[in-house]
Amino acid sequence: MLLEVKGLTTVFHMKEGAVRAVQNASFQAGKGEVLAIVGESGSGKSVTSLSIMGLVGEQGTVESGRILYKGEDLLKASKKRMQQLRGNEISMIFQEPMTSLNPVHSIRKQLVEAITTHKNATKQEAEEHALEMLDFVGIPSPKARMGNYPHEMSGGMRQRVMIAMALSCDPQLLIADEPTTALDVTIQAQIMDLLHGLKERLGMGMILITHDLGIVAETADRVAVMYCGRIVEEAPVKELFEEPLHPYTRGLIASIPRLDVSVKRLPVIRGMVPDPTLVPKGCSFSDRCDYCEDKCKRDVPGLASVSPTRKVRCFQRAGILEEKDEKDEKGGAACQN
Amino acid sequence: MRKYITKRLIMLVPVLLGVSIIVFAVMRAFTADPAASILGQHATSAQIAELRNKLGLNDPIYVQYWNYFKGMIRGDLGTSLFTQTKVTDELLGRFPATAELAISAIIFASIFGVLVGVISAVKKNTALDYAGMFGALIGVSIPIFWLGIMLIILFGVILGWLPVSGRLDILMTPPKITGFLLIDTLITGNIDMFFDALAHLVLPTVALGMYSTAIIARMTRSSVLETLQQDYIRTAWAKGLAEKAVVIRHALRNALIPVATVIGLQLGSLLGGAVLTETVFAWPGIGKYTVDAITKSDYPVVQGAVLLVAFIFVTVNLVVDVLYAFLDPRIKYS
Repeated sequence: MLLEVKGLTTVFHMKEGAVRAVQNASFQAGKGEVLAIVGESGSGKSVTSLSIMGLVGEQGTVESGRILYKGEDLLKASKKRMQQLRGNEISMIFQEPMTSLNPVHSIRKQLVEAITTHKNATKQEAEEHALEMLDFVGIPSPKARMGNYPHEMSGGMRQRVMIAMALSCDPQLLIADEPTTALDVTIQAQIMDLLHGLKERLGMGMILITHDLGIVAETADRVAVMYCGRIVEEAPVKELFEEPLHPYTRGLIASIPRLDVSVKRLPVIRGMVPDPTLVPKGCSFSDRCDYCEDKCKRDVPGLASVSPTRKVRCFQRAGILEEKDEKDEKGGAACQN
Repeated sequence: MRKYITKRLIMLVPVLLGVSIIVFAVMRAFTADPAASILGQHATSAQIAELRNKLGLNDPIYVQYWNYFKGMIRGDLGTSLFTQTKVTDELLGRFPATAELAISAIIFASIFGVLVGVISAVKKNTALDYAGMFGALIGVSIPIFWLGIMLIILFGVILGWLPVSGRLDILMTPPKITGFLLIDTLITGNIDMFFDALAHLVLPTVALGMYSTAIIARMTRSSVLETLQQDYIRTAWAKGLAEKAVVIRHALRNALIPVATVIGLQLGSLLGGAVLTETVFAWPGIGKYTVDAITKSDYPVVQGAVLLVAFIFVTVNLVVDVLYAFLDPRIKYS
């Protein structure tokens, strides 16, 4: 397995007390596979990715768990070893292309630096490779663009430069943290196509962090849904959309507007994501859940396997499945009439 | 860029005009009568009135200003009421001494200020940071004259390492080319004199530069800390760069942009004459000359000195603004 995360817990120490941004998260990403981590803002998905990179910053610490990259525990790796891996074997692209490139260095300098940091290349070789990479990510007249500064480029172009930079050392694993959120819809599609194409060509594993279920449906192989720092459901993408099991996932999918169904008002999940310091004691979704019972408010449900490929964190999953079966039968009966 | 610089230089004209009018008016409104101070305490009022007449001080103020203005545009700032020497010559003769000290102080302050600031930022909340910022606090708090005297006592009197007065050993005759002793002695190849001038410069530089060092160190620290929070720094880490490369190549260049402003402002005020330092170290610059003129109500000298300082301040700021374009490619002047 390329990447195996086991029981990851990342804590941020704030004035208001410790906030568990990620709690006991476990997932895997294989070679050539796209794992999407989905959730709202504050669900812990970005912190999860930064934990893998070892870049949670000063206030955050990984409290427990293991992050195994090709069997090597990154949490025990030395500073130097992490520097060797970052940008070389594990690369990351970020949400904000507008601010993620250094404004005072030219594109050439930033790309060449990414290459020479890890590869034994002369400046000229690195420059040639940088040029190839710009061409590779679809930047028109890359030669002229090399001398540009970030502010002379559009958001979409900057994100392409970020992708070129992240891929310049042929990483085995790419973490894309909301790579299209800050971009226009048309550019979003271009960037996602690009990422998807690159993954196919390079055979790398990819962790795609997003809140956009449309992108997930198009790109991902498997999906982990996060809510308040916990993974609440994990499933292959097709099964998740066809039959969401966790009440939260069901709510998310129900709230996507559909072309084939006309409704006056889109269904919503009632309530709001709780403040990270005020998460309910039991199941963190309990106060917004239609299936909530006493037990849900008392205990935290475990992430249980419901089939060889699916896991869900809910006490009520049996009931939800039954209800679904009933609905299907009713629907079937209606058709017959 | 050239157009921008020209525009800024043209804007200097109204600034200097405004400054000259204000100083001219303020001197006449708020300072003692120069005629009385020239003639001394035993002068009769008739004598004073006669001298005032002779000096043109009884003319209407706009006539006085017009006469001054006519000289000013020709570069003639008048003659001192007391010494009868040309103010322009006096100022130009003293300015190199002040400039040499100010530039030396700002170089000292920039090097140590940035160094301390960066170390404090990178080692935030460690003993090193606390030591650096405590030092900076001391630096902004110490009165310059006291620091100057302490340096003289320690390094001049007790240890005897460094000279404490003037620009050069009194037995040496400096070459006169630019007025900057370090440059002139190098041009003439007089190495002994060069090192003597350098030794004379050390203590005044430290005394004058200490405050600026502290200001620059604080500014650098907060600017670097802010820069380290930026997204592009996270990108730099994600590339796998070592801490040194992240801080120096990616953070410092961005962090120095606001620091450059502070350095420019500090240099501007140092060039305006460091009165206390020049007095303590008997440094023959414009600072002491100006203050003496103020106490004696020597109108032309004060007016000329203030004009010179205003000119320098504006020019230094222009240079800093032009430097911005080199530090930050997003800035373009047109």
